[in-house]
Parts: sequence; structure tokens; C-alpha cells
Amino acid sequence: MSGASSWSFREDDFRQIQSILGEFLGESNARTALIVDRTGQMVATVGEATAFDPTAFASLTAADFSANDQLARMLGEPEFGALFHQGERESMYLADVARRVILVVLFDKRTTLGLVKLRVKSAVVRLGQVFTDMFNREGASTPGVESGFLGEAEDEIDKLFGA
Amino acid sequence: MSMINYASREINCKLVYYGPGLGGKTTNLEFVYNKVAPGSRGKMISLATETERTLFFDFLPVDLGTIRGFKVKFHLYTVPGQVYYNASRKLILKGVDGVVFVADSQIERMDANVEAMQNLYENMSQHGYDLTKIPFTIQYNKRDLPNAAPVAELQASLNPGWPIDDPARQRPVPDPYHESELLVSQQDGQWIERAPYFEAVALTGEGVFDTLKAISKNVVKTLG
Repeated sequence: MSGASSWSFREDDFRQIQSILGEFLGESNARTALIVDRTGQMVATVGEATAFDPTAFASLTAADFSANDQLARMLGEPEFGALFHQGERESMYLADVARRVILVVLFDKRTTLGLVKLRVKSAVVRLGQVFTDMFNREGASTPGVESGFLGEAEDEIDKLFGA
Repeated sequence: MSMINYASREINCKLVYYGPGLGGKTTNLEFVYNKVAPGSRGKMISLATETERTLFFDFLPVDLGTIRGFKVKFHLYTVPGQVYYNASRKLILKGVDGVVFVADSQIERMDANVEAMQNLYENMSQHGYDLTKIPFTIQYNKRDLPNAAPVAELQASLNPGWPIDDPARQRPVPDPYHESELLVSQQDGQWIERAPYFEAVALTGEGVFDTLKAISKNVVKTLG
């Protein structure tokens, strides 16, 4: 492999994930569920709208998770499969999915950590299957961008960063 | 390329600014942040120490707009320059689409530059990435300082080139950014390729956008 492996996320993938996360939110009474990829990009958000900047949130989540991954290795653990950050009103629970993406659950007093943890387990198994299938199909069937994209992108780069 | 999100019609590209401590990586991002129209950029995040040294990373998302139905975004990251933060340096490279190496031109910083470059190659290979096969650009920063080393010297130490063994690629390729220079050339019978380079003074912004334009265009090419 020469560079970072590529993958694409399609509308039918989104629908599958949306339905898993929708069910999870219903069962756990959590507020919002997000999928962030390990490189720091937001993949999907389901549930109540959030007030924060999603791009910044995703980059910090990935960094947080990666840093903790390294801490786990220092302790001789292969990974910390999940992390919990407790706030006064809002808390977040993060869980690894298929070693490629992170499930982030935001919840408040309407539920408990125990219930969230319990429901996350089965959601992670179902999401893991969806993402594993998604990564396995990469390569042959990636549609790529339309022709003409490159020229237009270069023009936009010149415009934005000065010709 | 990391991810094309067909559901949200988004393409995100990750660019990482790498290099020795106090070389000007954060200054590059700050200049971009201050010059790009506020509507085209997100919030800049700096995880820095109390003395403004980058502890984990700086992050700046820049929005290129909608192209052929896709929202294209560049996520600009810096890594900490100090060696003892290597663990976090390495983490930031995960999923990188393009690398800018910001070298400090001062003669006294030559060893630090070389060390950071070796460290970059090592960290990339530990992720399974090959720096010679992904978009890579070098920026020689602080060109305004009186103790700046000549570019030829910096090129010889930091950008000596890597061998090209594929016969189809063994032909001279002109450097589009420097007249009468070559990116692919023959030396002592061996074909070699060098990374494009730019001279810069990041504090005043000189060369900052030239570098960013070059690396982002090369990254976009990998999407096609």
C-alpha cells in the first residue's frame, strides 16, 4: 500500500447505519449518535441536532481515541474498546467499530451509563458488520469522481488560495 | 484518499504539515486562517502548551466549495515539532492524503531538519504508507533570515530524491515551479525523483499559499 487506504460511503450505507443508530437511540434513550472515522472525519450523525462544529468535533474525537489507544498499548492492552467522558449534564461514550471508525454517543440525565453501555454492545456488532462489508468491497467498485472534477477543483484551489 | 462520502456528498482530504520544532508549521496554518475568507474556513483548533508549543496538533478545515455535486474540504493538520511528542506526531499521520515538510532554513537547524525528515519516513512506513508515492511537498521556511542556508544545500540534505525503477517513468520531468529545474532527472546513471519545493517566509505569508496550492492540487489529482 502506498498511501492511506481509500474507502467510500454510499447512500445505502448511510441508510443502514441510520437504521441501526436510530434503533440504538430508541433503546438507549441517548441523545445523539455519531460515527467518526479514525482519521478524524465525520461520517454520519443521527438523533438530536448538536450545537457544536461537527468537523472540529470529529478531529478531536479521533485524536482522543487514538491517544487512548496508545495508552492502552503501554499498559499491555491491545486496545481500550470504549471510553467514557462524564460531564455534569452531558456525557459521551465512545466505542471502537471494526478498528476503522468510532461510535460516539452523547447522552444526558434521561438515561444511564449502564443502559448506554449495554445497548452500545449490540449496536457495535451490527455496525461492525456493515463497515467490514464496506471496506471489503473497496477497490473494484469505487465509483470515483466525475471527469471534469479535477479541472474544476484546480480552478477552485486557485480562487481560494490565490491564483 | 481517505473517504468519499456519497451520502453527504462530501470529500475530505487530510493534509499534514510536518517538520522540526519552531520551524513554522503553526505559523503556516495561522496565515491561512487569517487570509482565507471566513465563510470558507472552520474553527482553528490548537492543542498547545502554555508556552504556545504544539502539544498534540493544530487543525484547520478549509472548504473548497461544491465541485460537481461534492463538497470538497481540506483538513489541515500540524504535528508537534518536538521529538519527545513523537507518539502524537505519528497518530496525526493516520489517513494522511498529502504531506508538507516545513524545514527551518537556518544553518543551525540543519540537524533538526534531517532528524525530522528521517522521523517522517519512519512514521509513515509504520503506518504502511510510502512517502514517495503520495503527494509530498517541501517548504524551506525562514528564507529572510541572514543565517539561512542556500537552497541547494537544503535540497541536497533534505530532498536528494528517490530512485525511479519503472522504465516508463524514466524521463525528464520539468519542475513547474522552478524554471530550468527538474523533478525527475538522471544522476550518475540513476533516474531520481524529487519532491516539489517552495521557499517561504511564513510569518509574512510569502510562499504559504504557493505551498498549499501545490499540495492540494496534487491531492485532488489522486481522487480522479
